[in-house]
Amino acid sequence: MKLLTHNILTSKCLKGVTVGYPLGIVAKEVKVNEVDFNPEFISRMIQKVDWPALCKAAENLGHTDELPSTVVDDYENNEEFLKKAHHFLMEIEVMNGDLICPETGRKFPVTDGIPNMLANEDEV
Amino acid sequence: MSGRPEHQAPPEIFYGEDEARKYSRNTRMMEIQLTMSERAVELLCLPENQPCHLIDLGCGSGLSGETLTEQGHVWTGVDISSAMLGVAKEREVEGDLLLGDLGQGLPFRAGAFDGAISISALQWLCNADQRSHNPAKRLYIFFSSLYSCLSRGSRAIFQFYPENSSQVELITSQAMKAGFTGGLVVDYPNSTKAKKFFLCLMTGGQQPLPAALGVDSREDAPNHVAFSQKRDRVKQLRSGKAPKKSRDWILEKKERRRRQGKETRDDSKFTGRKRPSHVW
Repeated sequence: MKLLTHNILTSKCLKGVTVGYPLGIVAKEVKVNEVDFNPEFISRMIQKVDWPALCKAAENLGHTDELPSTVVDDYENNEEFLKKAHHFLMEIEVMNGDLICPETGRKFPVTDGIPNMLANEDEV
Repeated sequence: MSGRPEHQAPPEIFYGEDEARKYSRNTRMMEIQLTMSERAVELLCLPENQPCHLIDLGCGSGLSGETLTEQGHVWTGVDISSAMLGVAKEREVEGDLLLGDLGQGLPFRAGAFDGAISISALQWLCNADQRSHNPAKRLYIFFSSLYSCLSRGSRAIFQFYPENSSQVELITSQAMKAGFTGGLVVDYPNSTKAKKFFLCLMTGGQQPLPAALGVDSREDAPNHVAFSQKRDRVKQLRSGKAPKKSRDWILEKKERRRRQGKETRDDSKFTGRKRPSHVW
């Protein structure tokens, strides 16, 4: 699961959850891949991405590479910033661990890179 | 023919390890899925040359997702069968995969995606696989959560196999209730083999539906007709004999009987003549 996907995931399908965002991450295994850099795509995604949630996720994973804590002005033309955003959104992958609902504490296990978002019948 | 798959078992059981493997190795299946995926992306009407963030609903083993990657998009796939997702992982598809039940709703933030496609999956949502399931309610939960996680103005295209018109009615009514506009596009409506149903849902208010393929009767349905013609031709050459019941076949048969020493009428200009059809 890439951090871009984590950034849009919520637990709001569960009963009793209002927002369900952002999900906490407890990672047992993290992988770093090399993914082609597409500045146009990253630029557009930055508009959708919840930046504080991205920073929190990076922190949870213990990734100490510097991710700027706020989006810089004129990011569309700042290649260095876009490359950093790309690295965190697209190249860091959680392979094994758990995602945690911030309101109920319910865990969604991540196995082999795939989060299990299936809810039990009594949870929906 | 055992009938429709969704009547045999819930999708996560039907698509177990063996079926998942079979599905992803059948070349004819892969070709059909590829064509349908390309058509679905065409119907999405995305801005040209712009990589988009898409969701593949019922992504299975990633056959349709690969089309999205090929066209330069970034996608996330959701499926209920872990066996199918396992095959997708083996095939190293680019998209992120999630194990989830569409009928429980899509767990995404508002406006997360620029578009959605779904190939051969929607009909699975119309069955109650557990006693607690209410298909209409599940469809509504699915469509309303999909509506919210799509950015305004984007579309969701579903290629699916409707069992009957009341199923189509059920699906479209829940989609409209959830806020979508749009409708059904039927490609090659006059061909049993090539006919394909695409539910085109839009979030940006009422827009004209895209034109269906093969509605102009001069346009041939692709692939399927040509394929069966080819097969017949090959069969003929291989056997080396004339096709059944033709005049040549009759003359050959009579020769065979003579060689076997059986009593056979002499050949004449009337042998194998086309008889007038019965008029009672």
